[in-house]
Order: sequence, then C-alpha cells, then structure tokens
Amino acid sequence: MKTITDKLIRPEIERRAFLKNCSKTLPSLLLLVASFDVQQLMAKENGVYDPTEHNYAMGINIKKCIGCARCADACKSENKVPRKPHFFRTWVERYVIPEEGEPIVDSPNGGIDGYPEISQKLHIQRTFFVPKLCNHCVKAPCVQVCPVGATFNTKDGVVLVDPKWCVGCRYCIQACPYGARYLHPETNVADKCTFCYHRITDGKLPVCVEVCPTQARIFGEKGQKSSPLRRFFRFNEIHTLKPGLNTKPKVYYAGLDGEVI
Amino acid sequence: MLYSIIFPLLNSMPGLSGYVFPNEYELHWSILIVIYPYLTGLVAGAFILASLERVFKVSALKPIYRLSLLTALSFMIIAPLPLLAHLGHPERSFEMFLTPHTASAMAMFGFVYAWYLMVVLLLEIWFDYRKDIVIWSNEKKGIVKYFYKLLTLGATDISEKAVAFDHKIGRVITIIGIPSAFLLHGYVGFIFGSIKANPWWSSVLIPIVFLFSAIVSGIALMLLVYMITSMVRWTTMSMKCLNKLAEFLLYAMLIDFSLETLDFIHRLYESEESISILSEMISSRLFISLIITQIIIGSLMPMLGLVFARFGKLPDELRRMIYFISAILVQVGIFSTRWNVVIGGQLFSKSLRGLTTYKLDIFGIEGLLVSIALLIAPIGILWVLTKILPPWNEMGKVQKEVAKMSATESV
Repeated sequence: MKTITDKLIRPEIERRAFLKNCSKTLPSLLLLVASFDVQQLMAKENGVYDPTEHNYAMGINIKKCIGCARCADACKSENKVPRKPHFFRTWVERYVIPEEGEPIVDSPNGGIDGYPEISQKLHIQRTFFVPKLCNHCVKAPCVQVCPVGATFNTKDGVVLVDPKWCVGCRYCIQACPYGARYLHPETNVADKCTFCYHRITDGKLPVCVEVCPTQARIFGEKGQKSSPLRRFFRFNEIHTLKPGLNTKPKVYYAGLDGEVI
Repeated sequence: MLYSIIFPLLNSMPGLSGYVFPNEYELHWSILIVIYPYLTGLVAGAFILASLERVFKVSALKPIYRLSLLTALSFMIIAPLPLLAHLGHPERSFEMFLTPHTASAMAMFGFVYAWYLMVVLLLEIWFDYRKDIVIWSNEKKGIVKYFYKLLTLGATDISEKAVAFDHKIGRVITIIGIPSAFLLHGYVGFIFGSIKANPWWSSVLIPIVFLFSAIVSGIALMLLVYMITSMVRWTTMSMKCLNKLAEFLLYAMLIDFSLETLDFIHRLYESEESISILSEMISSRLFISLIITQIIIGSLMPMLGLVFARFGKLPDELRRMIYFISAILVQVGIFSTRWNVVIGGQLFSKSLRGLTTYKLDIFGIEGLLVSIALLIAPIGILWVLTKILPPWNEMGKVQKEVAKMSATESV
C-alpha cells in the first residue's frame, strides 16, 4: 500500500493511463503544428524568398534625369520587349515648355535614339525629362477589369500578368490610365513592366534602376528603414501621376511638373 | 456595307498629331468591338419591341411579334463571335466562365449572355411555338417529322388547358425578359462607361444611351425585316403595324437623341481637362462619323422623315418608302454611334495631348471582310429560322390560293 507521501515523491503513472494520455496529446500537438504555415517557417530557415516580407516601390527624381533613355533600352533587352517602336515597358518623355503657348512633349522611340532638335524658334521657359512605366497601383484599374484574373497584385506589391492565363481581350490596356500596357505581338497577351520581378526576387535591382547613370531611379521597399526610398521620401516633395483617379500609384516622382499627365 | 468601306478612307486621312503615349499608337479594340455592341443592341431592341405586343398588348404589332423574337435570336447567336474573334487567345475564352474575376465588368458577359439566350429568348420562343411544333410534328413527313418531334421535347399536350399554360408562362418570361434585355445592353454600355481612365467613355449616361440607341436600332431593324420579308413573300404589309413601328421608332429616337445631346452639353459645360483634346477629335477625326453620319444623316434626317411620313397626309406607298429609307438611315446612324464610342474612345491619347488614327484592314480576322460576314450572318440564320419556325401569322400567297380553291370546291 503506497502512502500519500510516496505518491507525491514519485508519482507513478500507469502504463495504460500513459498511453491514453499520449493518444490525446499527440493529435493536439499535430493540430498545433499544422496551424502554423510550416512551409513558410521552413522557407525562412532555408533562405527562400518570402513575398509577404516585401512591399516594392519606385522613386523617380525628375531633376536627375538626363533623358539618355538607357533605362528604356536596357529594359527592352532584359525583358525581351519587341524592338519595334510601339512596345514599351518604360519610356522617357521630353517636356519643352515655352514662355508662351502649349508645351511640346515627345518620346520618339521611347527616347532610345535621342530627341530631335526643336525646330521652332521658342523662348523656352523650362525643360525636363520624365521616365514613365507601370505605376504598380495599389488600386489598379487593370486588375479590377481583367475578366479572368490574369492580372493581379502580388503580395510584395507588384502588378503582374500571368501570360499563361491572359485571354488577350485588352480590357486592361483600355483601363490603364498611364498607357503602360501593350499586347505582345508574339505571345498575344497583355504585357507591361514587372519591376523586373525575376531580378528583384533574387535580391537584384530592376534593370532600369541599375543602368541609370544619374541615379534618377530609386528602387526599394516602402516602410522599411533600410530602404533607399526612405531617404527619397524624406528629402523630396513627392507626387504621383493622375492622383485624381484614385489608383494609388507606387511609382513616386520628385520634382514632378504640373504639365505632366 | 458601303458605309464600312467609306469609314477607313475617312479615318486614315489624318495622321498622328500631338503627343501620343508610345503604346497607344495602334488601337487595341478594332471594328470587331464596334460590331459587338451593334449586334447586341439589335437583339435587345428587337426583343423589347416583341414584348410591347406581349406585355403591353399593342395589338398593331402582332404581325411582327414572332418575327422579332426570331430576329433577336439570330443576332444573339452571332453577337459573341466578334468578341471571340478579337481575343488574343480565343481558346482560353472559356476561362471566363470557369474562373470569372467577379470585379470585372467583362467577366459577367458570359453569364448575362447565357441568361438572356437560354432563359429568356429560347424559352419564350419555345413556349410560343410549342403548339405549332406539336401540330407540325404530326402533319409533316419523313425526317422533318422527327425533327419537330425532337423540338417538342416530349411535351405534346395541346389541350386548351396546356396551351393556356403556355401563354401564361410566355407572358411571365416576357416580363422577366424586359429587364433582362435592359440588362443585356445596359451592361454592354457599362463595359465602356465604367472605364475611368477614358474620359470619352467614362460617363454614367453611357449605359442609358446604349440602351435607348439599342431600342432605336431594334425597332428600325424590325421595320426593315418586316418590309423586306413581306415584299419577298408577296404579302401585303399591315399599314397599322408599320405606322405603330414608325411611331415607336420616333419616340425612342427622341429620347435617345435628347440623352446624347444632354451628354454632349454636359461635357461642354463642365469643360474638364480632357475637353480640348475631345473637341479637337470631334472636329477632325470624328467630324464625318459623328457630326455628319451619326447626327445629321442617322438622327435628324430620319426623325424629320418619320414625323413627315407618320403625321403628314401622304399616300401609303410614299409613306412606306420614307419609313424604309428612314430605317436604313437609322441603322447607319446607330452603327456610327457604336463606331464613335468604340473607335473614338481610342483615337485620343490618355496623355490628352495627341490623336492617333485607325486603319481598317481589308483582310485578316479583324478586317473588313470578316466584319461584313459577321453583319450578314444573322440574316442567313434568320432565313433558316423562318424556315424551321415560320413566324407568319397570316397565310402566304400560295396557301391563300389553296384555301380559296378548297373553299370554292366545297361550295
């Protein structure tokens, strides 16, 4: 006969009770583990890319842009954009604003071959270059209208097109207020800037940012302290294109002129 | 058809002007997307006209009730083809049904279309014809007999009670059908009207304008179809029916024209940032297709003609001729309306600083020949349908003679 003190010092569990308890605990533990996203936990350990940790955006400093259009050229090479003149993922516009009269805007071949001299005799008030690309809008109209959901906002804040899903209806091209999309003549699906998604998910910069000789383009993450965008936002007055349309663009311009649409 | 040939000539004349975004040089929605709302408009219009007889008991329209339903069906069958032909990947089009993106106005097309075709048009036609189909399945011989037997779907009861039930159901379907027809074409308007990026399209009035122009085009089409079929069949037209059609056409045109004028004045008065480029577009690129063909030839002239012919004291022959010409002009006008919306909406750049141009190919899937084929195809289908399901209430010439002969024989 065991005394109470015996029980306190060496509590014995009977084998049957032990097994019984195990049969209750094990499934509970498994359920607990399953409630975590194991794949994600493993991914972090293995250094695999986790899109939820990022929120990409781009800054463009118009005062730094010299209109060389190396960005547009490099983009065409990197992303196999047709070399024909009317297909661009990014292009550079030239604005010439005379003292009187309407501004002259052009972007011949996206600026890749340079800009012609202004033939008219004008008293030029100011002139500048504006690189344009997909704005990767948070409330993207192209995403809204896509009938099959082939265009979508990724978790890391990029707007992408799934070329295997796109039906080529071109509704997204109509819905984009920035003219940033085109129908790829070979694949017959909508195409546009991806922020060089294949590069950024590999820890590299988009090619347009990398080749820019004046660092007019800045790429980084919104809301991260170590991002170069933080400094860009801190020291510049920031504008976006067509803010009245409530698309919430994620390409931010410093020194944007009111003439730019 | 000649009209479609003139268009490219007119529009290819001026080149690019101002600054156009590089990706916008070529238009993304071609003439096929002009044809699509044109065809669905005819469907909705013809159906609404048919329902006037059924629901509102406009007895003067009885001779064209069945004809209108068959016309609506013929055009409905072809309506999705231009959309399909236009897709970059038509083989993936079924994805719109399987994985529709519910936020997209376009994704709903399949469902609106299926609802209208299956639930409204086919059902209404079947219930309306059921008694006749049963009779034909008994009268006809050979393979035709079995074809009609198949069409009865096994419902061969033509007792008074059963036929009364058909009528009752037919009426219910028509009552559901009217809002459905409104939905069909209002929805097509919404596809354009909801694009905030495009100031030419982005207007709450667009679906309503589409709807009324659909009614206009549908009535004008039925006027033409009724006159042509009567002429081909050597039967006399009911002047009462023609007058009623002309009246409804005129009223619908008055509403449509007022709405469009309101839209126009509203834009001018509000004078938003896009107004200067839109004005430039109207006075250069769209001058002929908007001012001349849509407003003058397609709206004002037929309206005057209809007023003159309907309410003036004219002999029936002349009256019929003016109705006929007016109805053709209305078709030209409505086609221009679709053209001006779809093509016009892409002729100016979203930079609001430049205009581009549209060149229509002759050959190719988005070319002129395919477009003409798509516009003619419904007429072919209608011809076949009238053979299978003759919509004529009165007897044809031959039948009349036979009837007369048998009557004299019996005497």
